[in-house]
Amino acid sequence: MNGSDVAALAPLLALTCGALLTLLAVAVHRAHGVALGGALVTLVAAAVCLPVAAAHPGPVGFLLVSDALALYFQGLIVASGLATVLLAHRYLAGRAEQREEFYILVLLAALGAGVLAAARHFASFFLGLETLSVGLYGLIGYLRDERRAIEAGLKYLVLAAAASAFLLFGMALVYAVLGTLDLDRMADALAGAHGDGLLLAAGMGLVLVGIGFKLALVPFHMWTPDVYVGAPAPVTAFVATASKGAVFAVLLRFYHGLSVPGLPGLFTLLTLIALASMLAGNLLALLQHNVKRILAYSSIAHLGYALTALLAGGAAGYAAVGFYLAAYTVTILGAFGVVTVLSGSDREAEDLQDFRGLFWRRPWLAAVMTGCLLSLAGIPVTAGFVAKYQVLAAGVGASVWLLVLVLAVSSAIGLYYYLRIVVAMLSPVPDAALETDPPAVAGPGPAAGLALLVLALVLLWLGVFPAPLQSLAALAAAGLPGLLGQP
Amino acid sequence: MAVILVLLIGLPLLGGLAALAAGDRRPQLVRWLSVVVLAADLVLALTFWGRAPLLPADGGGAWMAVLKASWIPALGISFQLGIDGLSLLMVLLTILLGLLSVGCSWSEITERVAFFHFNLLWILAGIMGVFLALDLFLFYLFWELMLVPMYFLIGIWGHEKRLYASVKFFIFTQGAGLLMLLAILGLAFAHRRATGVLTFDYFALLGTPIARAAQMWLMLGFFVGFAVKLPAVPLHTWLPDAHTEAPTAGSVVLAGLLLKTGAYGLLRFAVPLFPEASLAWTPVAMWMGVAGILYGALMAFGQKDLKRLVAYTSVSHLGFVLLGIYAWNALALQGVVLQMIAHGLSTGGLFILVGALSERTHTRDLDQLGGLWAVVPRMGGIGMVLVMASLGLPGLVNFVAEFLILLGSFHSNRLPAIFAALGLVAATVYSLWIMQRTWHGANERGWRIGDLRARELLVLGTMIVLLVWFGLWPQPVLDAARPVLARLQEAVAVAGTLPME
Repeated sequence: MNGSDVAALAPLLALTCGALLTLLAVAVHRAHGVALGGALVTLVAAAVCLPVAAAHPGPVGFLLVSDALALYFQGLIVASGLATVLLAHRYLAGRAEQREEFYILVLLAALGAGVLAAARHFASFFLGLETLSVGLYGLIGYLRDERRAIEAGLKYLVLAAAASAFLLFGMALVYAVLGTLDLDRMADALAGAHGDGLLLAAGMGLVLVGIGFKLALVPFHMWTPDVYVGAPAPVTAFVATASKGAVFAVLLRFYHGLSVPGLPGLFTLLTLIALASMLAGNLLALLQHNVKRILAYSSIAHLGYALTALLAGGAAGYAAVGFYLAAYTVTILGAFGVVTVLSGSDREAEDLQDFRGLFWRRPWLAAVMTGCLLSLAGIPVTAGFVAKYQVLAAGVGASVWLLVLVLAVSSAIGLYYYLRIVVAMLSPVPDAALETDPPAVAGPGPAAGLALLVLALVLLWLGVFPAPLQSLAALAAAGLPGLLGQP
Repeated sequence: MAVILVLLIGLPLLGGLAALAAGDRRPQLVRWLSVVVLAADLVLALTFWGRAPLLPADGGGAWMAVLKASWIPALGISFQLGIDGLSLLMVLLTILLGLLSVGCSWSEITERVAFFHFNLLWILAGIMGVFLALDLFLFYLFWELMLVPMYFLIGIWGHEKRLYASVKFFIFTQGAGLLMLLAILGLAFAHRRATGVLTFDYFALLGTPIARAAQMWLMLGFFVGFAVKLPAVPLHTWLPDAHTEAPTAGSVVLAGLLLKTGAYGLLRFAVPLFPEASLAWTPVAMWMGVAGILYGALMAFGQKDLKRLVAYTSVSHLGFVLLGIYAWNALALQGVVLQMIAHGLSTGGLFILVGALSERTHTRDLDQLGGLWAVVPRMGGIGMVLVMASLGLPGLVNFVAEFLILLGSFHSNRLPAIFAALGLVAATVYSLWIMQRTWHGANERGWRIGDLRARELLVLGTMIVLLVWFGLWPQPVLDAARPVLARLQEAVAVAGTLPME
């Protein structure tokens, strides 16, 4: 490992060192502030390292690659980690007995996610995935005295372990046929395709199951609503954004690498998954009364939209994936941020009833939530609109009409449940609630307030001036082999 | 000059923010602020009145000013606004009805005044954006932008079933809007395939050669988007709910302006961009127009809720617009422009009157009303004029408009025109029905209510003056619109003769 390798891995190294140092610091002096400070410094350091790494692009060893795509997604992951710890600060103060480990787990999960974004080999893919998952097991079940959290954590643990088993078995089959675990060589081996086609297809299929599980695509989405509801709200935000973003980066890299030699059936299979995710996600969300569940089902649909952009392919499609996931990350963090801030010390504000009259009780929070919901619905002047627009444009450009039409129809369906939350916030404050609930005087606290403010501003900024992020996303997509100079 | 276009949209946007900042505690300040902002906008818009079109070198055509700035270059999207006679008329109507809306909600809206005016001003800005945008992406953006505040306007300040109505309104228009967005994208990519340039520039996209089948699909995408807004039967079902449940100002803006964006879209985009497909679609669209005219009138006659009745008359009146647009000759198109203005004024006026009435009686049920002429003679007199306008009495602008449309469509297609003429009879029936049930007869309930106040008289009087003025002398409107309409017809005629793939 030489100097330029160190520079290329600087963001990941920063996360590693930061996590260890914070662990040590907390061991010496157990204090909430120390853990928060450690996490913040680490994440900011990782963010600062991103441009350093950008100056040294290229593969690092045979496991990782530090290209624009990896750095783009690492940036998203770090941003999502930052928002998560800021949102969690006051929430943890009210809810958890042991607060410090939370931050360390977030850092470790972010490290795993960062490795995923840079993985170009099945080994690093699996290592990253497991690091991420182990962090998430702890985070999801973090509130140990709550049955739902334990249940969610256990459910995630069992299902994720099963998905990992599928993934490993699939990797083994692929290795058996192609004789390599390296993405580039896999593409070469495929190009000179000989060997057992069925075995290869089975292997790839099993790998896809593992990925589909992490992305909560239909039909591997069953865990999502329960885990979203059971996990503490800031953790849900992290699971929905960083974890999915990182796995999508892997999917993007592998899809691009393997679709060039043309893996038969991959496109059809992913198209079916995308269609099912968009429709099922939006239709199932219509039936929910719990805001976290609504957002869970909506996230299934949103990953379907992102998959549409992936299937549109080409530089435009991949850039649309990047932009979509960034807009989605900002929006979901904002939405769960509001849920976090509204949650009391005994339970989460997740029922539609909890949002009744929010416009008149806490106008700013309601405004942020409305902005996020409109962004999820894809209404102009929000990031979500530009993102959805780019996906549609990529889809129309690639003439994947079925996907594009289903996207349009299912987003129209989706409007209904986003508006239900807005309608609840507009409704008069229920008198009964005024009597039972203590008046919510407690503000979001400086940390969460800052996070929400920044998220809301970014949401609008991306909706009005998307060009800078678009060029970053295009840069990330252009870094993939064979895409330079393509329109 | 071109900067004024940005100001036209920007002033209401800033005014809305200022209204929010002023806060609910100073309602008078917020109301006056809205008046001042809109009055300033009116002055700005009037500077374009009678202005000569640009030289061909600067854009040419009938355009009086065009502004183009880079915005999202990666996707071929620019910030492009332009104004010609048609846009100007629509913008003036927008500002005028905006002012009258502020006036008519002066005493009706007493809660959350700041947020109300914020929404109102943002809707107006969005509508003006729609009328001025010359980049299809920007157009779509404004198209969607006006929905959200409208949704709030209905959902917060509306009547009993407001939440249902607002959600229905939003889903209908947004769903249709998404289809239009797909069509816009399809058009832009067809243009890229033909020329290698990805752009959403209106001028560049005009005359894009597209295969016949694809042109039909794209045209239908646009048509559905606009027909829902217009509304054309059978896509109208959101309208009676939204109009009935909205607060008065909301109904005025909905009927007077939002529906016009649909008509404007057909005129400016759907037909000129896809001339051949539009030609093939003409019979369907004309019969849809006739269906709207007759169905709207019939439904209006069957209503017990006065506001719902007026809402259905909109379906009928806008049926004439659809008929006239697809007749696509000079007479009919001039009639369409006049009809848009006439309907905005007369139906807007009726909504304001109904609003004033129900503010006093707390009912809109025709069975409860009756014999009010003796109690509130001024209201009755003004109602009489508005109702006569609605039924198309000669001397009022509605007559000129409907007459021109019928004349024009008779030239292009006799049968629909003949059936559409029956709509005039139906309009007479429901209009007299309004008079009969509300103002005449016995005052069985013993209503004792106050007559119109000075502010209300000013609002309604303005509308009546304009209705009469343009009814007797529609020439200024026709003069303003004629070059634009001629240009549009020319563009379609030229494109129609292009060799198709």
